[in-house]
Amino acid sequence: MKGRSIEPFFWSLFSSGGMLAALVLPALALALWVAIPLGWLQAPGHQHLVALIGHPVTRLCLFGLIALASFHWGHRFRFTLYDGLQLKHLFGLIATLCYGGATILTAVAAYVLWTF
Amino acid sequence: MNPEYRLYHPKWHRRKVPIFWWLRKWSYMKFILRELTSLAVVYAAVLLLLQVVAVSRGEEAYANFLAFLERPRVLAANILIILGLLFHAVTWFNLAPQALVLRLLGRRIPDRVVLLAHYLGWLAVSALIFGGLARL
Repeated sequence: MKGRSIEPFFWSLFSSGGMLAALVLPALALALWVAIPLGWLQAPGHQHLVALIGHPVTRLCLFGLIALASFHWGHRFRFTLYDGLQLKHLFGLIATLCYGGATILTAVAAYVLWTF
Repeated sequence: MNPEYRLYHPKWHRRKVPIFWWLRKWSYMKFILRELTSLAVVYAAVLLLLQVVAVSRGEEAYANFLAFLERPRVLAANILIILGLLFHAVTWFNLAPQALVLRLLGRRIPDRVVLLAHYLGWLAVSALIFGGLARL
């Protein structure tokens, strides 16, 4: 690769995504996908959620969370495949699939949240 | 660079490592499990997005999504995912003192202070999320 490597850029996405995921996701997942289905917490009403997600700040936060979580996965899973399954010779293909998948998920999130 | 040289094929110098090398030792297993938590992270991102889509499609789609979350298999899968997310969070915060070397008045802030700050932050964010959702 000529010039400066793009690796630090992906690493910074991995790192901020990992921090955000660690801070936010356990509580969010526990509340939304366990506490509410089990009835420990009352499910928020549809209208309340529409109002909440309708606010631009909420959508920006959701977009940031989903995009950074995607690239966190892309970067980490890439090295999981290299190291765990000893696939270092598929370097280009794996990097394309991982970062490509993260890019697609980010684009879908942008579309869904923009058109909400 | 010598055109004969191929970056990831110095096979003649390398012992062959079996694919399941990480099953041999618990510490290797833990490393691979930690790396695999990224799957739980991306799963949560996708499910969150699907929930937003359900809300945007109207009251009925949202009710269907809530019913989907109540299915025993879905619930069991989500509990497994949350264990993965917790493992991610704990391993992430425990590495923070090594990744984050902070200095104050010329002295390095001790590891346990950095660690404590992260866990307190985690607690605060979690309480905010639970409190916020409970009020909706």
